[in-house]
Amino acid sequence: MSLALESAIAVPVPGAAPLLSVEGLRVESGGIPVVQDVSFRIAAGEMLALVGESGSGKTATGRAILGLLPPGLTCAAGAIRLGEEDLARVAPARLRELRGGAIGMVFQEPMVSLNPAMTIGAQLGEALALHSRLSPEAQRAACLAMLRRVQIADPEGCLRAYPHEFSGGMRQRIMLAAVMLPRPRLLIADEPTTALDNLAQAEVLDLMVELARENGTAVLLVTHNLGLVSRYADRALVMQRGRVVEEGPARRLLSAPREDYTRLLVSAMPQRLPRPPRLPSEVLLEARGLTVDYPGRARLFRRLPGKRAVKGVDLAIQRGETVALVGGSGSGKTTLGRAMLRLVQPSGGQLLFRGRDVTTGSGEAVRDFRLACQIVFQDPYSSLDPRQRVGEIVAEPLRHEPGLTAAARAARVAETFEAVGLPGMDRRFPHQLSGGQRQRVAIARAIVRRPALVVADEPVSALDMTVQKQILTLIRSLQAERGFACLFISHDLGAVAEVADRVLVMQDGAIVEQGPRDAIFDAPQHPYTRALLDATPRLMG
Amino acid sequence: MRLRLNALIGGTLMALVVGTAVTSAFWTPQNPLRIAMRARLNAPSAAHWLGTDEVGRDVVSRLMAGAGTSCLVAALTVLAAVVLGSLIGLVAGFARGWVDRVLMLVNDALLAFPGILLALGLLAVMGPSQWGIVTALGLAYTPTVARIVRGAVLSIREREFVEASRSIGNSDAYTMWRHVLPGTVSPLIVLATSLFGWAILAESALSFLGLGVPPPAPTWGNMLSAARPYLETAVWLSLAPGACIALTLLGVNLLGDALRDHLDPRSSPQ
Repeated sequence: MSLALESAIAVPVPGAAPLLSVEGLRVESGGIPVVQDVSFRIAAGEMLALVGESGSGKTATGRAILGLLPPGLTCAAGAIRLGEEDLARVAPARLRELRGGAIGMVFQEPMVSLNPAMTIGAQLGEALALHSRLSPEAQRAACLAMLRRVQIADPEGCLRAYPHEFSGGMRQRIMLAAVMLPRPRLLIADEPTTALDNLAQAEVLDLMVELARENGTAVLLVTHNLGLVSRYADRALVMQRGRVVEEGPARRLLSAPREDYTRLLVSAMPQRLPRPPRLPSEVLLEARGLTVDYPGRARLFRRLPGKRAVKGVDLAIQRGETVALVGGSGSGKTTLGRAMLRLVQPSGGQLLFRGRDVTTGSGEAVRDFRLACQIVFQDPYSSLDPRQRVGEIVAEPLRHEPGLTAAARAARVAETFEAVGLPGMDRRFPHQLSGGQRQRVAIARAIVRRPALVVADEPVSALDMTVQKQILTLIRSLQAERGFACLFISHDLGAVAEVADRVLVMQDGAIVEQGPRDAIFDAPQHPYTRALLDATPRLMG
Repeated sequence: MRLRLNALIGGTLMALVVGTAVTSAFWTPQNPLRIAMRARLNAPSAAHWLGTDEVGRDVVSRLMAGAGTSCLVAALTVLAAVVLGSLIGLVAGFARGWVDRVLMLVNDALLAFPGILLALGLLAVMGPSQWGIVTALGLAYTPTVARIVRGAVLSIREREFVEASRSIGNSDAYTMWRHVLPGTVSPLIVLATSLFGWAILAESALSFLGLGVPPPAPTWGNMLSAARPYLETAVWLSLAPGACIALTLLGVNLLGDALRDHLDPRSSPQ
């Protein structure tokens, strides 16, 4: 197989010598290989995608190129040639010169990759001052031009501002500006948009591709999302357990994968399968004119104006129905979801559960409502108490179930673990489980009390594509089996297409469009819906 | 492996200290309170293994008798500070808003006072006694504990598992007890072990000022301060209680670390 690969990479983009060539790369952690026999080339101006799931070694490969492996990982063998130089062997001082100069890098978390204590101007200037001999005025002019180029509204003001004043998408654009300023020959982008919603993701990546094209920069895009590969990459490399499984032109790879693993990845892309039509049934939970306000921050002598996160939303969920609530970050969808369960107290409007008012108070109706509605959070790493065994976590909701003996409780927990596909795992601690398994535990906790409604807040956006698929399938099958209704909150229309009966699109705290799933996907009316649909990564012909 | 060794050393040291304290209640080589003016400041010998002090009392016997008083005072002080401080920190951090502001205002005012000065004031009112010291030092250390616990609580309460606990229908009190408090244990144990050391030393400082455990009852602290004038002529008088304090602190720290690791499920194998 490696022979076939060799011949595949022997024909790069015609007429271009490889800018970077990696041969036989091996990265070890205490003698155990994390990456082995990885070889690839990138031509100048080419966009190569490195695809794989968590733990496939794709990030280690990207970092090895820059000599930025985290402690504990060492580059044990292989050559990394940039032009004439072997980066695996050059002096650290030379590597430092190349980093940020000839090779730029964009990291995953825009929240942490900009220094919160430095102004944007100072951070943009840093790389230029190191890697060019421009005068301070020329540097400033270059920074302003670049900020204008990445469509920052007020570049002058931006130079004086601090990172926390910007949203995630803006920060990643600023990061991109900083990295592209010294005009690198190679840009390594490691999951640059995984922390962003789909709209911001499309914006940032479109911009990245344009900038790379303008400067003739080659891009190594490290990602787990095949949709992005199909949209942006020329060629792709699929990695699994530290080895290259398949390599080829992105389009061919996705349309006609040769290896089983690639096929598995492709099949994990969200699909919109026909759903059986639903008969209208009684309304389970209804919000009427629901409004949520966040108070402003208290300053020394006054209170800053607050924010109305949800602006008078009407929403009814029927028994057994799956309603998807979609929108970008900051659209208020998470707040609405929390308010529907009264985890956030609504400041106006009415909440009716089975026709009874549960907006305020803590009477019997409210207690019934609390017991019948559960939530699954986005991040399975923070939603499980690290000090409890998962068996205890799942058993906890049963504390409030009256008249359940200890034996019955244990049986219910065991049966629930069975249902979510984790039989006999109840003695483990959360840290001993993978992300997907943790999310299964979170789902088990939500369904153990046999709820009538589960609010799932971005339940799959922190997970790998194949695991996403499994979790979505699990939610669907549990729903078919147990008949609970689901409010599925997501920014990813791909995931929504898999599970939803009905879709509500939310922008700036208000519902701008709603309808049956297929109507929304096939004939979106509102421009915001159309923008969301366009930004959704999917396989393209 | 290293961890086990630490726990072993810490455990042995503490067992030794506690064993000595218990033994001293029934038996010491000589009467720790018997004054023998003719045998003042004797160097270590077969009769007095660690020599005698400025009024001829046997140092070994006094060390043994002091172990109980010193460690009991320190342990009770830490216990008082930790219980009270955790409660304040937990409530302030969990409730936030004006409850937090009022509690922290008082707390910070106390924190701005040197702890020993605060204890001094309290002792002046209550008069020197073992319980007075525990109360005074316990109160003096409470603000530090409250600050640390509040900080830990503030970060933990934002985690989603706390919201998950509320969404299940658990009460706030239960959520605090079951999900928030356990997360503060790691910083708390580290703090408590160092507080233990400070308490032993603070007790000696108070003794030095005549507000410690009243003489003639021996404590390591008052032995240390009594030995100061004889540092050049009878160095064993300072070395013996000093070594005891150091070894006890080492034991407490090692044991505290081991306990913290033991209580954190994340340190168990994958």
